[in-house]
Amino acid sequence: MLTKRIIPCLDIKDGQTVKGVNFINIKSVGDPVELAYKYAQEGADELVFLDISATEERRRTLLPLVRKIAQRIDIPFTVGGGVASVADVEQLLRNGADKIAINSAAIKNPQLITDIAKQFGSQCVVLAVDAKLVDGQWKVHLMGGKTPTALNLHDWVVEAVKLGAGEILFTSMDHDGTKAGFAVETLEELCQLVNVPIIASGGAGNKEHFLDLFQNTAVDAALAASIFHYNEVPVPELKGYLKENNIAIRTV
Amino acid sequence: MKIAIIDYGAGNVQSVLFAIERLGYSAVVTADKEEIITADYVIFPGVGEASFAMRKLESLGLVSVIKNLKQPVLGICLGMQLLCAFSEEGDTAGIGIFDLKVQKFSEDLKVPQVGWNTITDLKNELFEGIAANAFMYLVHSYYVPMNAHAISTTSYGVDYATAIQKDNFYGVQFHPEKSGAVGSQIIKAFLNIKTTNA
Repeated sequence: MLTKRIIPCLDIKDGQTVKGVNFINIKSVGDPVELAYKYAQEGADELVFLDISATEERRRTLLPLVRKIAQRIDIPFTVGGGVASVADVEQLLRNGADKIAINSAAIKNPQLITDIAKQFGSQCVVLAVDAKLVDGQWKVHLMGGKTPTALNLHDWVVEAVKLGAGEILFTSMDHDGTKAGFAVETLEELCQLVNVPIIASGGAGNKEHFLDLFQNTAVDAALAASIFHYNEVPVPELKGYLKENNIAIRTV
Repeated sequence: MKIAIIDYGAGNVQSVLFAIERLGYSAVVTADKEEIITADYVIFPGVGEASFAMRKLESLGLVSVIKNLKQPVLGICLGMQLLCAFSEEGDTAGIGIFDLKVQKFSEDLKVPQVGWNTITDLKNELFEGIAANAFMYLVHSYYVPMNAHAISTTSYGVDYATAIQKDNFYGVQFHPEKSGAVGSQIIKAFLNIKTTNA
């Protein structure tokens, strides 16, 4: 049976793992290579690595870091943050990424999704989308959530899948950092809309939030950062709890 | 021991190389015919689209090279699918070691299948010491139906072959290089198969 995935996320800035609250007040939580290795050993099903460095200069440190992490871990590894071309994707794959997450660049140039999928396959393309409620409508935001767009979340997800996205990583900015639970209702709406895997992100605060998510939606995976980084909910404990509650989970 | 990983510009050779290095071996990543022919073990990875990948192999003159290899060959994911005769993906003629047709998963399922699923009915030295229902990482939209060459089975809407073997050719749909300790053990078992080139 295909199992639900638990995915720790490393937000990287200047070579360090960071995690903010509602995308601001970012603080560092340590060496990404060591964290990645620890999660792989503990039974994490995948790792997502998002580079949130703003400048090209800082980005130069990205590829060697991707490579170091890929050398250490034996689980799937998704890398995103500033991916803007087929050449960027090729470089990341060459350094050991298995999948890439695209966000802002795909909004500016949707054809990019198709170009990447054609060359590397849809399974390689994760569409990352950040959205929050604005006047009762889920609006997609750019640049790590700083810039609102006119795009509706649901429309954009449907279009991206048509263009070739093989997976959707949806972060609810209204839930991110709050530790008050996932955007369950909206995630289930997305599951009904498209037939590619959906990764839920934003709002994980305790084990019960993951159970609520998997019991009440058809999402395939749950992503979280700070609760794992600060060891508030260790990965093995979370997976044991979900398994006890009859969620299909891989244990090591 | 010489291990060659075929590099034909379709997908992720780096992960495979890193997995082999974690086992303490080294490997050459190459599209060079001589390097491939003289290797003790050949790994044929692949991520991506079947017709694009076949065109790449043809342009590099590697189709007949692979077809005539005598040493153990391990096709991974798309590599396994290209060892078959035909794929519905882009209506592509494959290398044809296995007289099998690769099919697309039903539209009723989430496609691609992404994640960890179990392997059962393990039938080969490749799975020496591996428990039934071990979890392996899979990511694919097309699958090899059950057949006489199947050496492991997985269920996703249908029961299908997640590993096949014929003579010196092995194919695995899952990614052993990304499947934790169990995956590493399978790569190790492959590298323990008696090779004709040694």
